[in-house]
Amino acid sequence: MDQSMTGAAAPVDERLRKPSLLGKLLKRPELGAVGGAVLVFIFFGVVAGGTGMFSPLGIINFLEVSALLGILAVAVAMLMIGGEFDLSVGSMVGAAGVVIAIPATEFGWPLWLCILLAFAVAVLVGWINGLVTVRSGLPSFIVTLASLFILRGLTIGFTRLLTGRTQVSGIRNLAENDWLAPLFGGEIGHGLFVWLADIGLVATRSNGMPAVSGIPMSIVWWLVLGALATWVLLNTRFGNWVFAAGGDKNAARNVGVPVDRVKIILFIFTACAATLVAAIQVVDAGSADTNRGLLKEFEAIIAAVIGGCLLTGGYGSAIGAMFGALIFGTVQMGIFYTGVNTDWFKVFLGVMLLIAVLFNTYIRRKATEAR
Amino acid sequence: MADAPLIEMRNVSKYFGSVIALQDISMSVDAGEVLCLLGDNGAGKSTLIKTLSGVHKPSKGQILVEGRPVEFSSPRDALDHGIATVFQDLAMVPLMSITRNFFMGREPTVGRGLFRRIDSAFAERVTREEMRRIGIDVRDPSQAVGTLSGGERQCVAIARAVYFGAKVLILDEPTSALGVSQASMVLRYIAQARARGLGVIFITHNVHHAYPVGDKFTLLNRGRSLGTFAKSEISREQVLEMMAGGKELEQMALDLEEFARSDRAAAAAAGE
Repeated sequence: MDQSMTGAAAPVDERLRKPSLLGKLLKRPELGAVGGAVLVFIFFGVVAGGTGMFSPLGIINFLEVSALLGILAVAVAMLMIGGEFDLSVGSMVGAAGVVIAIPATEFGWPLWLCILLAFAVAVLVGWINGLVTVRSGLPSFIVTLASLFILRGLTIGFTRLLTGRTQVSGIRNLAENDWLAPLFGGEIGHGLFVWLADIGLVATRSNGMPAVSGIPMSIVWWLVLGALATWVLLNTRFGNWVFAAGGDKNAARNVGVPVDRVKIILFIFTACAATLVAAIQVVDAGSADTNRGLLKEFEAIIAAVIGGCLLTGGYGSAIGAMFGALIFGTVQMGIFYTGVNTDWFKVFLGVMLLIAVLFNTYIRRKATEAR
Repeated sequence: MADAPLIEMRNVSKYFGSVIALQDISMSVDAGEVLCLLGDNGAGKSTLIKTLSGVHKPSKGQILVEGRPVEFSSPRDALDHGIATVFQDLAMVPLMSITRNFFMGREPTVGRGLFRRIDSAFAERVTREEMRRIGIDVRDPSQAVGTLSGGERQCVAIARAVYFGAKVLILDEPTSALGVSQASMVLRYIAQARARGLGVIFITHNVHHAYPVGDKFTLLNRGRSLGTFAKSEISREQVLEMMAGGKELEQMALDLEEFARSDRAAAAAAGE
């Protein structure tokens, strides 16, 4: 860099207007989801305030529902920012569940080994999804639609072949003495809740124990994964590559971003997130069911879109997806608490999705219009 | 091999199935030299750039960098050899910020292990400085590239290539979509890059942009080279004529004369 490159010092740009705080906030992709979550809380606070929905137990309940979806949504959001879909996450939840349950109950494997096996299978499934997508150049929508059916079919087929049924139970006592299982099915903060009950902040049961015995691991995983994904997206090279791969894969490739590798890693991440959900469910419920995770792929996409992800990739946020899942869980449980027929939940979902997409399109135009 | 050209193509051909995109192209660029690659649409300019920048592999022939034969496996590989290409689509992601685009694929990091992260303070500062250096005051480096004008985007892309130590700068139609003042800004910048000792390959179909900054002119027509000429050997009109194919220009001149005649006739009729 020598003198010859130094252009005339540009004068201060008189066109530069100080952006308002609101304008800055409007540029964040998660704005819609955060606003939506606030609205939903206000609504149910008014409508279902006296029903116990906002008691500690009620809060844990809707957070747990949100968390199981949120774990998927965070991974799906990252993949969508990277420009791809994964419709096989729901089937992967079912498949991973039986991969954990069958060796444990039928072959007598220790549970920790079964869980590790399930994660190994997830890596393989994600890798295949990713590899087929990037090598064939086909839309991942189609590729993973195929894996949706293949995985679900294999899950049901093998489970019936090996056990004669479509449900595998009897995990609970196996989980009790396992060193890895508490990471998925346990709770933390038990002492805190006992103390809260002692000072009267949390209701107690007849046996003197608090109504809420701790924070379920699913909620912990949800928060940890959300924070991790946000950190990765905003602060790491890999995160920059995710945005680049989804925003314009040719441009990214031309400046040396390993687009294919990024996408394959993201597919592996979604499959692993599905397996995490499966492990939590299997350890918590003590059983696996071949139908677990049905339609979760769409719910996760809805949560990600509510959270600000564009269907075309390159834009979105993990925090937004977390809030998308929170809206989802809150409304689902809220409808239950208010006693409205749960049939209406799906109507709400559809409307919510439509509003979110319209809002996102508007935001994107705002973000890229010449100023 | 100090006097070997920065980059040289020897008898390079590129076929796509039965289509001959390039046939037997040879050319070279020295440090501090601007080679203009001129050709009409479909002349094979794009294929040539993609071959030089590592997107395509040549079907036949050799590429040499500073006298050593190389075979680029990817654009990244070409970059590592100091060959930076600014594509027509600029390799910019409109939804990402200027800074994130500037450092895309080569993000500076601080920290180590799990805490290794993008050094965003450094990245923002460098982006602002580099943009100022070429005479653009970036209003806000965190604004999306989609909000910049065409000329500004072009300059971000070129500044990025220069910042990352390009020895050879390949510019694919950098002025084609620009207005007069923005185009001249880019041309000035090409001249600056030459003064710094970079080799520049400037691809265009606009002779009026190429002639003022070019040292040598290679003309492409239908996948073949019509030859390379030093500026002293050829005039602007000759370049234009060779590019378009003489016949078409003659026809155009005749047509223009015809228009002029009918205009005069119409004026005469109106005057009566």
